[in-house]
Amino acid sequence: METLPARARGYVACAALAAALCLLPAPSARPPWWAVALLAALYAGGGRVAARGRLSGTFYPVLLAGAFLLPPSAAALVAVPGALLGPVGRPPRGTRRLWRAAQLVLAVRAAAEVYAALGEPGPVTAAEFPGALAAAGAAVVAFCLVLTLLDGGILALAERVPARRAWRGLFPRSLAPIAVHGLAGLMMAVLWQSPYGPVAALLVLLPMCVSWWVFGQYHREHAAHQATIRALVQAVDIKDGYTRGHSERVGHASMMIARELGLEDERVEVLRFAGILHDVGKLGVPTRLLRKDGPLTPEERRIIELHPEYGHEMVRGISFLGEARAAVLHHHERLDGSGYPYGLRGSQIPEPARVVAVADAFDAMTSTRSYSRARPVPVALRELERCAGSQFDPRMVTALVRAVRRFGWHPAVTADETGAPPPRPPVSSAPGAHR
Amino acid sequence: MTAPRPPLLLGCVHTGAALLAGLSLLDCLRDGLDDRGTAVAFGALVVLGELTRRPGAEGRETAPLGAAAALSYALLGEAGGQATHHGVTQVVGVVLAASLLGSVPHIAQGRPVRDHLARRVLTTGFAAVCLHPLYDQGALHGRGTAYALLLAAVLALTFLCDALLAAALAHSRTGWPFGPLLRDELRATLGIGSAVCATGAVTALAVAVVGLWALPVFSVPLLLTQMSFRRYAAVRTTYRQTIASLARATEIAGYTPAGHARRVAALSREVGRDLGLSEAELTVLEYAALMHDIGQLSLVDPVPAGATARLPAEEQRRIALLGGAVVRQTGVSPQVALVVERLADPCAEQPVAARIVRAVNAYEEKARDAGPGGALKALEELRLGTAGEYAPEVVGSLARVLSRDGLSMPVAG
Repeated sequence: METLPARARGYVACAALAAALCLLPAPSARPPWWAVALLAALYAGGGRVAARGRLSGTFYPVLLAGAFLLPPSAAALVAVPGALLGPVGRPPRGTRRLWRAAQLVLAVRAAAEVYAALGEPGPVTAAEFPGALAAAGAAVVAFCLVLTLLDGGILALAERVPARRAWRGLFPRSLAPIAVHGLAGLMMAVLWQSPYGPVAALLVLLPMCVSWWVFGQYHREHAAHQATIRALVQAVDIKDGYTRGHSERVGHASMMIARELGLEDERVEVLRFAGILHDVGKLGVPTRLLRKDGPLTPEERRIIELHPEYGHEMVRGISFLGEARAAVLHHHERLDGSGYPYGLRGSQIPEPARVVAVADAFDAMTSTRSYSRARPVPVALRELERCAGSQFDPRMVTALVRAVRRFGWHPAVTADETGAPPPRPPVSSAPGAHR
Repeated sequence: MTAPRPPLLLGCVHTGAALLAGLSLLDCLRDGLDDRGTAVAFGALVVLGELTRRPGAEGRETAPLGAAAALSYALLGEAGGQATHHGVTQVVGVVLAASLLGSVPHIAQGRPVRDHLARRVLTTGFAAVCLHPLYDQGALHGRGTAYALLLAAVLALTFLCDALLAAALAHSRTGWPFGPLLRDELRATLGIGSAVCATGAVTALAVAVVGLWALPVFSVPLLLTQMSFRRYAAVRTTYRQTIASLARATEIAGYTPAGHARRVAALSREVGRDLGLSEAELTVLEYAALMHDIGQLSLVDPVPAGATARLPAEEQRRIALLGGAVVRQTGVSPQVALVVERLADPCAEQPVAARIVRAVNAYEEKARDAGPGGALKALEELRLGTAGEYAPEVVGSLARVLSRDGLSMPVAG
């Protein structure tokens, strides 16, 4: 996927050509070059600092302030150095830089044209402010519209996302953050033209920077948190080699079922955690029992069957897990009431527990254990369908069957993309899945 | 909690704030309000900020919107191109009234608000006193960029004073060392404080140019910052809960007695606080203390009662290294893993956090099964401990912390 399809190249080239036309100044315009240079330097410098300090966010307020302050072609020029020089994530880097510059130039030009058409030129006074606010609002909408239109196009052409999915939700999602940037940009422009000058305008950026910094911290802490959840699972792996990778795969299967059932994103995420953590209580089972080859005595079986309760005891203090905690406790209940620990039946069993039970059984059947060899996926699904109604909730089984038919079952590949921080390989990259 | 000595400073600060507040309110009531619309608008913003306030960690600025609104009102010299006429007393009076109004729900729920109000009154008064004489003399008229810079400087100074005040209040309430408290306050000021400063200054300037329209426009970015901070705090909380659960793994697995990790972490934090560690170092210490036994998960058979302090040194070191390996997987900062790895080293080579966790862990294990009077005996054993095992300054600090809390460590059940 590193090489762009020809259609995408053509698309980028067209956008770049249009952007170049946008940069041509109107013959009569005489933009204040020092302001253009200052804003462009601010945008480029801000982008570099943000990348180094791992801040998240872009300096759109600077671009929008330019759109409100300068003639359209000069405003578009502000974006160019920052977009061309700024760091990009993946190759092909040159094309990506060109694309970003073209996109921003077109968007800023559109915003500046709208503002110039609706707003009054010159410094804004108290009486004119409502008008300026309305003009800025329209300019922000134009900016956001151009950005998302172009974005959707490149998604459809380069990443081969179906056209309807590429554009769906893109505009409403990005409008709110860009509107906040627009407010900051408007204030920058107002103060820039006031007697207090550009210094006062720069102060506007400080709260935005702090906000981005906190946001970056949040993401770092979030990643660390995910890693800790994995560590909890790895603690089980230390004791029981056979479960290696099992937890991640059950998490993945639970997520597939939840998506298929059409649950909200938040519950899907909780169910993924429920799957990952379902066996965490095995920590409380003596290592000798977990590693024992051969049949277990009834006494030993009773001890192993305590693990859902141990697991619940461990995770009950983690408030964000919510209903996942119930899933940890009840994932060995059966629909006919013959499961453990409480022998709940039917709808008494919490929904997340019914999801995890199916996912758990599916992965147990499709991976090799000490007592059985891995079965092929279709055989396992047929077995699940056979037990639906007595042991498993038929809704969950049907959902899994449909999801596997649609997306296939690639646990070793898919478990990698669940958001583990890059330096640490996730659990399931161990060869356990193929043993 | 009873403070070790009468908090004289606390009384002084509260009295000072109350005096200033009383005088200002009297003055306002006698003379009435100038520029009523402006006063009401800023007052409303302060009320909004106070209503969205959440109780935060140890008196950090938790109502950034309220603080920014109060400060920008203190700095306001013009509104929409017209000079304003409100004086210092009106600034303090309006801010106080609005803060009180916004604090009603907090008071109703029984949260402490006195420190918060005292700080708000004093800092607002400070900023107003710095600038208003200059306005009254007309020295600032038509000074453009220099004026903007002056505002920013005054606000930075104000926040410095606020950090001093907050650290002093915390010191006199808790008896923790002043230096580290001030350092933590200043560090916190760099984050949200600088955002509040900049917003306060910019709002005052923007109101001067375009009038009261600037208020709603400017609250939005700051509200956003406030939201980011809150999400950050939330993820930190769940993170801590997860670490605590991971720490309980050894208890569930039957390697250590219930509650051991939690007690060691709480006591280590107290000792670290007493020794003057910063907030960031305390977090590392707390996580390391929570996970100090995690290496035992790698053992096939549990150590009797999880009492590692009685194992041979070589075995202790092996468990510590295994623990460090597990901690490295968890995504906590590598410093935590380093502390856990070094737990069993001779104390001269250990980082401070490792010394603390080691001594506190040994104390907890010894005091746990010694019955009544066990606490004193355990402490005595640590003092006499073979040379280089437990750091004397840590044991001394542990004794101080324990005597302050009345040796009230819960005995393991």
